[in-house]
Amino acid sequence: MNALTKPLNATEARRTARNHILTPRLETPFHPRLVALDEVNDWYNWAGYKAPHSIFDEELEYFAIRSTAALFDISPMVKYRITGYDAERYLNRLTLRDVRKLGVNRVHYTAWCDDHGHVLDDGTLFRLGEKDFRLCCQERHLPWLLDSAFGFEVEIFEETDEIAGLALQGPTSHAVLAEAGFAGTERLKPFDIASFAHEGGAVTISRTGFTGDLGYELFVSRAAAVSLWDRLWNAGAEHGIRAIGYSALNRTRIEAGFIVANADFVTAEAALRADRVRLPDEIGLDWLVDPDKPNFNGRRAILDARRNQTLKHILVGLEIEGNISAEHAIVYHRGKREAGLVTAATWSPTAKRNIAIASLTRPYGTKFVDDLWVEIYAMRELSYQKMMKRAKIVPRPFVKLARRTVTPPGLR
Amino acid sequence: MTSSDAPLKSSKTPANAYDAIVIGAGHNGLAAAAKLGRSGRKVLVLEAANAPGGATRGREFAPGFRSAGLAHLVNRLDPEVARDLGLTLTAKPGHAMPTAVLDGMNEPAVLRGAYGETIDGVTPEEAAAFSRLRDKLTFQAGILKRFLRRPPPQLGAIGIGDVSTLMAAGIGLIRKGRAEGRDFLRMLLMNVADVADEYLDDGRLNGLLSFDATLGIHLGPRSPTSLLGLYYRLTGEVDGRAGGQFIPEGGMAAVAPAFLKAAKGAGVTVRCGARVGRILADRGSTRGVVLTDGSELTAPVVVSAIHPQATFLHLVDPAETGTAFLRAIRHVRSAGNVAKLDLALSRMPNFTGLTGRDHAGRIVIVRSMTHVEEAFNPAKYGEFSQDPVMEIVLPSLADATLAPDGACTLSALVQYAPYKLQQGWEAGKPAFLKIVLDILEHHAPGLGRTIVAADLSTPIDIEAEYNLPGGHWHHGELQADQLLINRPTGAASGYATPIEGLYLASAGAHPGGGISGLAGWNAARHILAGGTR
Ligand SMILES: Cc1cc2nc3c(=O)[nH]c(=O)nc-3n(C[C@H](O)[C@H](O)[C@H](O)COP(=O)(O)OP(=O)(O)OC[C@H]3O[C@@H](n4cnc5c(N)ncnc54)[C@H](O)[C@@H]3O)c2cc1C
Repeated sequence: MNALTKPLNATEARRTARNHILTPRLETPFHPRLVALDEVNDWYNWAGYKAPHSIFDEELEYFAIRSTAALFDISPMVKYRITGYDAERYLNRLTLRDVRKLGVNRVHYTAWCDDHGHVLDDGTLFRLGEKDFRLCCQERHLPWLLDSAFGFEVEIFEETDEIAGLALQGPTSHAVLAEAGFAGTERLKPFDIASFAHEGGAVTISRTGFTGDLGYELFVSRAAAVSLWDRLWNAGAEHGIRAIGYSALNRTRIEAGFIVANADFVTAEAALRADRVRLPDEIGLDWLVDPDKPNFNGRRAILDARRNQTLKHILVGLEIEGNISAEHAIVYHRGKREAGLVTAATWSPTAKRNIAIASLTRPYGTKFVDDLWVEIYAMRELSYQKMMKRAKIVPRPFVKLARRTVTPPGLR
Repeated sequence: MTSSDAPLKSSKTPANAYDAIVIGAGHNGLAAAAKLGRSGRKVLVLEAANAPGGATRGREFAPGFRSAGLAHLVNRLDPEVARDLGLTLTAKPGHAMPTAVLDGMNEPAVLRGAYGETIDGVTPEEAAAFSRLRDKLTFQAGILKRFLRRPPPQLGAIGIGDVSTLMAAGIGLIRKGRAEGRDFLRMLLMNVADVADEYLDDGRLNGLLSFDATLGIHLGPRSPTSLLGLYYRLTGEVDGRAGGQFIPEGGMAAVAPAFLKAAKGAGVTVRCGARVGRILADRGSTRGVVLTDGSELTAPVVVSAIHPQATFLHLVDPAETGTAFLRAIRHVRSAGNVAKLDLALSRMPNFTGLTGRDHAGRIVIVRSMTHVEEAFNPAKYGEFSQDPVMEIVLPSLADATLAPDGACTLSALVQYAPYKLQQGWEAGKPAFLKIVLDILEHHAPGLGRTIVAADLSTPIDIEAEYNLPGGHWHHGELQADQLLINRPTGAASGYATPIEGLYLASAGAHPGGGISGLAGWNAARHILAGGTR
């Protein structure tokens, strides 16, 4: 196990450790490009990195994702490299899905739990080789990953800072790649990975994303990051490429029905209150749990909860009347009994529906599925306008786009 | 199923299939096997060594001289276990085995009866003070004792039995009045040094209490909570009297055969020279074991009567347990501190001031509480004591077969000898042996000239010889954070473990070490009662 590169001596180590206070917000390798394009100066903190809420106009950025091509900096996403003889067996014990079924050059969405079956995070697992994986997620987990390595021949290190990432999403995203000279990307099916030459090095391109649209994610070493951005940007000029921030992306991910750790659920390590932790089945991740594969963290607790019917929550998609976003609204049954909370909501311009993701306390959402209401407080010039709106449980995703999966994808 | 006479489950099974497999033929493994066997189950015990007995397995350490094993006296064999399993281990009728405390300056202080009901060699005032303290401690230990004979209560699933135990403990406290209850709660987590100081002046008595509280534990008398070790000692009883001790008829060599007989009498098969290499587990349940020779033996129930760390870090595939569970098991502190000296002597030694008869008792070399504390200090930093404390028994006096005619064996448990010695035991052992022999010579002048052979087992040697990780007395520190619902760790504290069908039953499980049979017997009863977690 080799967690971090060893510093030369103790004094130097102390100094390096201390210097972090000089940059309380780290900048990603693409920061110079983002700053140059930025018109609104609206930043937030993503896992310690400076990241844009928006670059020029949230609304137009949204339409870039759905109508042309959007470039989104995902470098702050936490990335772990896991290699070695036991890497597959190790990850199979760590995560919910069967890693034996994940082919080389394939990606799958997965999640992992603590011993009590409470979800620690969800993320994507990239199989770069037989014994070479990259795990991408929202929160940091190095101590947990290292503790899990006892008895396995694996090497684990965090490569968040060394590896830059870009999401290129939208209907013309493939056209941009083709224009940029990445020949062969047309053969990539959803969740496929391939490697391409760039600047004497390589860029890893996967057909993945968080938008429910046609899209790709590109990973490259920090040194080659800016030139990759430029390559895509130049190629995208004719294809309506735009740089976007998180607000626009967040609307598309809600449309796609994806959840975000510590937004739609509290991760087990972040939860301070005993009742905030969640089993996979309580946040819509039951389909990831594979009881037939070898043992994994939380297996017994999850299966016990299923058998004993002690699951307490359920995650549902809601369609709400009207057009006012119901973010963080309380959900009621029959207009008076509290049934849960909306964790994410937006007006969907694509579906033309007012949509939401909500966490309900069972039996609401299981036994009682009708007569649900949300209470929206809309602040209108220092006065709340209180609305009780009818809500209906509907399947996720709210927006399903054929172009997400069509292979080869369109070139316009 | 809740009764122990549950019907025999498999009357026709293949040769390698059993109802239960017990790993380790230490006294706990044999106790568990006997109890399970008596319910009609087909039980197999697998022992790595060539003979059963675990820490009570004897060996020849010099031509013609035998050691009866690591343990050299019995002070906590549980009477209920002995009765239930029909163990015939009794003291020679007559006087209770005394404890003589030698400080090298004064005449010995000799505690007679069960833990000093009377004391020779101290002032009457001191004897009276000791008696008051002894009464208080045995009363308090009696309250704690209620928790030893059953699995610790499981958080979130407190049962009727747990409630009644807790209530009985509460009533036991109240019966003696509010002041006693308050004093119990005041003292429970104190250190033995402060408690002894409240009552005693005599260094020898202070020293003895300090020694008994810390023997086999990585604490000094001034370490917080060190009184727990003394309570634990006083939960042991002999002939119904707390704090007693004895060497059974036939010597310590009679211990292993007694447990073995109970197991065999229950129809149990015991295979020695059979080391388990792997516990078979798949998706959280076990179905048997694989020996290091590759042969596979199956059973729906596997009872691991060996160290919990050996069980989960070496025998069960780490993929079969959870990350946090394994982390907790790895963090169990289990570095031994006791060295065992076996001496072959050409004749019986003569300890200064001690009557001939008292040589057959327990002899403790300690000057004062400070002596024990100062012996502990170096152990904190990975060094052995320059002036260690020790407990001595002359085993051949109880079992003449251990030594040739006219000759004698001496067994000493010497503290502190840390498992992780900075300089390494290869270099440290000869130096430590010399220190110990010099002390013995000082207290029994002339002994040195009669030494035929000296065999010192450090915790490293004990680990290798007895397949005992860390060479630890209790298979894991017996301290406040590793007791009851945390022994060896939360998710495996009620004998059942996160692996269905796999149970823990060694000293590393509740209630802890010493020859009591309780861990094994409790585990078996828990299995017979349904065995759930
Ligand atoms: C130096 C020393 C002195 C002690 N003196 C005393 C004393 O005087 N009085 C007293 O009451 N207590 C004493 N104790 C404590 C007591 O000996 C132990 O607490 C007790 O022996 C624990 O019994 P057990 O059955 O749980 O385990 P053990 O006695 O350790 O038995 C475990 C058995 O399992 C076997 N085993 C291990 N691994 C495997 C495997 N993979 N496959 C098959 N078999 C395996 C071992 O060979 C061993 O036989 C002493 C301890 C030490 C270390």
